Amino acid sequence: MIIIKGVPASSGIAIGKAYVHEDDTLVVEKRMIDKAELKNEVKRFKEAVRMTYKDLDATEEKVLRMLGKQHAKLIETHRLILKDPLITQEVQTRIMREEINAEYALSQILEQANRNFEKIDDEFFRERRHDLFDVGKRLIGHLVSENRKSLYDIKEPVILIAHNLYPSDTIYLRESEVLGFCTDIGGKTSHTALLAQSMEIPAVVGLSDVTRQIKNGDIVIIDGDRGIVIINPGPEALDKYQKTKRKAKKDEKNLERVKDLPCVTRDGKKINLVLNLDPREDPAGPAALKSDGVGLVRTEAIYMNRSVTPSEEDHFNIYTGILRAFENKPVTVRLADIGGDKLAEIGVGSTEPEANPFMGLRGIRLFLKHTDLLRTQLRAVLRTAQTGHVKIMIPMVTTVSEVKAVKKIINDIYVESARDGKPLSVKPELGVMVEVPSAAITIDGILSEIDFVSIGTNDLIQYVLAVDRINQHVADMYDSYNPAVLRLIHLVIQTAHKKGKEVSVCGEMASDPVSAALLIGLGVDTLSVPPRKYYKIKHSIRSLSFQRCAQLAQQALVLAAGEEVRELMYTALDENP
Amino acid sequence: MITEDVKIINRLGLHARPAAMFVQTATRFESDVFVRKDGSEVNGKSVMGMMMLAAGCGTAITLVVDGPDEKTAMVELKKLFEKKFEEE
Repeated sequence: MIIIKGVPASSGIAIGKAYVHEDDTLVVEKRMIDKAELKNEVKRFKEAVRMTYKDLDATEEKVLRMLGKQHAKLIETHRLILKDPLITQEVQTRIMREEINAEYALSQILEQANRNFEKIDDEFFRERRHDLFDVGKRLIGHLVSENRKSLYDIKEPVILIAHNLYPSDTIYLRESEVLGFCTDIGGKTSHTALLAQSMEIPAVVGLSDVTRQIKNGDIVIIDGDRGIVIINPGPEALDKYQKTKRKAKKDEKNLERVKDLPCVTRDGKKINLVLNLDPREDPAGPAALKSDGVGLVRTEAIYMNRSVTPSEEDHFNIYTGILRAFENKPVTVRLADIGGDKLAEIGVGSTEPEANPFMGLRGIRLFLKHTDLLRTQLRAVLRTAQTGHVKIMIPMVTTVSEVKAVKKIINDIYVESARDGKPLSVKPELGVMVEVPSAAITIDGILSEIDFVSIGTNDLIQYVLAVDRINQHVADMYDSYNPAVLRLIHLVIQTAHKKGKEVSVCGEMASDPVSAALLIGLGVDTLSVPPRKYYKIKHSIRSLSFQRCAQLAQQALVLAAGEEVRELMYTALDENP
Repeated sequence: MITEDVKIINRLGLHARPAAMFVQTATRFESDVFVRKDGSEVNGKSVMGMMMLAAGCGTAITLVVDGPDEKTAMVELKKLFEKKFEEE
């Protein structure tokens, strides 16, 4: 039995036979082509390029649907590579000059490129070759139809072991029989990991040389919660994990039973459990979960993939639809959190790329520069609020002056509506998203302007720890259990509660049972989770003791490192939730 | 054929986006564009070629432009470097 520790990339437990994926698709046979047939060979290659463009379109569509626009940028890079003279010219030149088959010509070019890339010291530049190979592999896939050893051929349930999985590979895993996977490289927030999470395939990545340690047919356990891979486990470990897995499966079946039960802890503390909602989706499905409402409508999605900016009516219809589906339970509309880099995409202003977009013009910063966009959205939300329980949330607040600026515009809208003879009377509650550390630290001042606070942990963590969670070199430092993060959340909750105001959390921390327990212990009133996590978290809340969580939270607050907090929480909740 | 030396002064060097910008500009012209660094030469119309140069900030490179519209092409390409690829 060998236990290797890696990076937990996607939660869950998978047990099964190993399938070691060799990256051998670049090895292709050399064939000589008759002079008369050379033109056809070039044509065959061009057809493969055309098919690859089609693949990219299909993949883009899948990525957009599953993960959103940001991840789809990768596909744009791949299109640019398909246009590269390496592909468009050199392959043809080689076919004609050396009178060889297309796939061999291409593989020679890729190998040559690989040798050149390998010489590069700078890791960023060196790693760009994976993009080239991802495209190259697709092309070769269309050229060699037979004898191809591919992920798509996996027909029995296996644990996939690979050096690296390309995002395009990962997307197809759901349709295959892959139970889980582990890879030599990668970080928790790599594209591949994010895809695995959204497909709920357990995964551990960043294992260095797992492909060399595991042989085909080995029995492997993947513990995607703790980032552990066990090779050929002893009977005891196997038994333990099978039990855990069976329990998880049973729990999953039991989960639906919580539907009509109240969301309270064992010792009777009520926790509001609400949903994060993508406004492009039909709200009927999420509404059927019978949650306490919507904690976050991701309204930026309304702006994406369209040629003109959405009108007030567009916004109004979407919000009204959600409100109706949720039968007048509270719906928190977050003003669009759009990054400056998206301005051109949404048809506003020029595309001035920012060197550091996470610290740049986004969220309310951008909307206060483009107040026409802000006013349109606000008017729609305010109109919706006249017919039901709507709350407004401001994203990316840094200082109280931004809140005041938004309030002024809201007031203007009320004045105008009275003047135009269509007076708005209901004033919805206004809140801020706490994700910038300065807003957390000065929350006392901000609280006197607002009605509620929602903590966006994803961004708060990356700003507090100065870790870009999509940068694989530092992604492993992104840690929601870091005491700095917990202490800041604690400060926000304590301050808000003193002023009698509610605190919710709408980041990923809310949708993980263990960190959710910690948040509850810290005193969070409301958790906002993606619909697919709803039953899981509700079930978990019902099994918790609030008293115990509060004790654990107090202990966690004085610890020095995230690792210690994690240890504390997992040990405690394993033994006795 | 015209040749000019330029120094990369944008912070990120010829990373993904600047490389893409360079290639997109170069392909607008009929002239051939080559980029030389430390004795190696790549096709300036190839994004992969540009990445292979691994030209970070502070690197000196040579632009070689050859063709009917070489003068305009050179001016436009040099502008990208001067404007730091619109990074700031």
